[in-house]
Amino acid sequence: MQKVAWLIPILPLLGSAFHGLLGRKLGKGAVTVVALGCMLASLVLAAFAFTAVAAAPGRRLDLVCAEWIGVGTLRVPFGLVFDSLSSVMALVITGIGTLIHLYSVGYMWEEEGYARYFCYLNLFVFFMLTLVLGSSLPLLFVGWEGVGLCSYLLIGYYFDTEVACSAGLKAFLYNRVGDLGMTMGMMALFAAFGTLTVGGILTQAGRLAPEAGFGVLTFATLMMFVGATGKSAQIPLYLWLPDAMAGPTPVSALIHAATMVTAGIYLICRLAPLFLLTPITLTVVAWVGGTTALFAAVIGLFQRDIKKVLAYSTVSQLGYMFLGLGSAGFAAGFLHLFTHAWFKALLFLGAGSVITGMHHQQDLFRMGGLRAKMPVTFWTMVIATLCIMGFPGTSGFFSKDEILFLAFQKSPVLYAMGLVGAACTAFYMWRLMALAFWGEPRDAHAYEHAHESPATMTAPLVVLAVGALLAGLLGLPKIWGGSFAIEGWLEPALSFGRQGAAQVAEPGGPALAWGLMALSTTVALVAGFTGFRLYRNGPAGEEAFQGRHPGLYRLLSNKFYVDELVEACLLAPARWGGHCLWKACDVILIDGIGVNLPGALTRVGGDLAAQVQTGRVRNYALSMAIGAVLLLWIFLR
Amino acid sequence: MSTSCSILSGGLPGYILVAFLLFIVGLGTVLVRRSILVQFMGVELMLNAANVALLAFARFRGGDAQGTVFYLFIIAVAACEAAVGLALVVGLYRHRNSTDTDRADALKL
Repeated sequence: MQKVAWLIPILPLLGSAFHGLLGRKLGKGAVTVVALGCMLASLVLAAFAFTAVAAAPGRRLDLVCAEWIGVGTLRVPFGLVFDSLSSVMALVITGIGTLIHLYSVGYMWEEEGYARYFCYLNLFVFFMLTLVLGSSLPLLFVGWEGVGLCSYLLIGYYFDTEVACSAGLKAFLYNRVGDLGMTMGMMALFAAFGTLTVGGILTQAGRLAPEAGFGVLTFATLMMFVGATGKSAQIPLYLWLPDAMAGPTPVSALIHAATMVTAGIYLICRLAPLFLLTPITLTVVAWVGGTTALFAAVIGLFQRDIKKVLAYSTVSQLGYMFLGLGSAGFAAGFLHLFTHAWFKALLFLGAGSVITGMHHQQDLFRMGGLRAKMPVTFWTMVIATLCIMGFPGTSGFFSKDEILFLAFQKSPVLYAMGLVGAACTAFYMWRLMALAFWGEPRDAHAYEHAHESPATMTAPLVVLAVGALLAGLLGLPKIWGGSFAIEGWLEPALSFGRQGAAQVAEPGGPALAWGLMALSTTVALVAGFTGFRLYRNGPAGEEAFQGRHPGLYRLLSNKFYVDELVEACLLAPARWGGHCLWKACDVILIDGIGVNLPGALTRVGGDLAAQVQTGRVRNYALSMAIGAVLLLWIFLR
Repeated sequence: MSTSCSILSGGLPGYILVAFLLFIVGLGTVLVRRSILVQFMGVELMLNAANVALLAFARFRGGDAQGTVFYLFIIAVAACEAAVGLALVVGLYRHRNSTDTDRADALKL
């Protein structure tokens, strides 16, 4: 096992190199076989690694290949770590990754850059696995930057459109802001612990007293969280994710819903013992998460683009995960990551199926009545919608309720925010479903040509739907007769030998749990039903609402004008400053005084000297004679 | 007094003076006249001024052969130069329809 575990990340890298170097020559068939082949092989190996981890003492396998960086006291090994956390993540990445690769075969078959697409997608899987499996923070950071790069490349996949290019750039720049925080956090951790391997840091952190968490540790964890907000699209760095929808839809499903954007949650889970030492950071995480969950859900209410609704939904769900983490429920946050990966990937893939079926129509107001035309897409999306709204018994129900329960322990205000967010979630999801699948077709032409997607696209939908339904069983709560299994499974990774660190006190007992569960379920069901009722017959209700509250509607559909605010407060001054520097430094100083002034002097001097050159033989002869006389005078003097 | 005497008395300075004057006349002709033919004659005058000086030195050094040989060489070179020069004159005339060197001033900035 130890020998071949390296292949888990390496196989997709080889696949990527194959597509990039040979893909265009060998054609789509070869690309498809290689892309799916290395994903499947990776998945099988990851499954083996998972069983090996389950059998290993302490559920942890360290694989060290060589020393990577050795400078002074800084020693960074080149190694992978399989523990209960990373092996599950590896399974999610390769499993859902394989399904989305399969779906992409159908979705991208007609595209010009088929090989390029799979080159990027396989490269993404490689970097994501590096991020997850890397045994040290620098190696994790390599993956962290790599997935950002792949995200940029794939958002800008349609690089001949301006929207895609600027969206890719935006994603990259927002991520850079977060990455700066991450780098500073790493430096602070190195200063505090003198090592950068995750194991080393956590072992030392385990020996610290609980009061030791203030000062440098708080700073380090806060900076790590800044990195997480960038990658996982939390306030204030969430703005790139909705724009990232310019990429192909399977990319949105894999990168911007299921895996990459959860890297921030993974990072915090990875360093959970450290975050437990810093209650201030945890509180910040909880409040940022809760605010984002509510804020993004409210923005999602009135979006017309089907992918934008899902994008804000993703931001909101990531907010829930952070809310869970911030409430010290690392297992609950991770469970939501796990269930969300299934149902949000499913939602995006379903949306992609609708979009292809409707000939690249993304406007919900132009859809309608697709229920009969696309039965598989319809039913799988119904399942995903039930999951995300928290319908009792589905995966989203268990994970979200656990988070809300923990948030209530942290602060009832956070719980209320989560509850309202959940209501909004149910509302916008049923609005989306009703607008797309019920009612009269509002674009008769597109409706006539609408058709169910090919089997390569519907098969992943079905598998994901089954997964979405069952994923919650990992987190069956105690009051439902389960044991919240995922917490027990993750315990070694989350506590890292610190006794009782990851144990969450559960005051209030089952009565409180039942009460909160009933309340949130009722709220979600009512909101969902309201959304469905209002939009069942088309968007007329929304237009009426727009007529009654034009200001509110404009505020919501324009996403609270946050983009415009950033433009006015940050980008415009930066651009103005750049303009001034350009005019003052570049044009005047460098171009003018540095380059053009010597040039002009040389030219004037040359013009003056050129006056001597008359072209007349007699003048030359005269100057020659004068010269000769002068020489004679000098030598014979 | 003695200098002017020696100049007129057929000594070396007299010859050198003649050569010098001849050179000045040639130079003046080249610088002042605009016709290329006349300038060409000026050049010949300057060459012959050098010849006079060479022969005079040769004689007053005791009649050695060096100066005389140089004089013969210069005559030969001058003959060649005249052939080339006159060909150039003809060429210039064909291009410009005149022998005025001031009008052949295309070679400038």
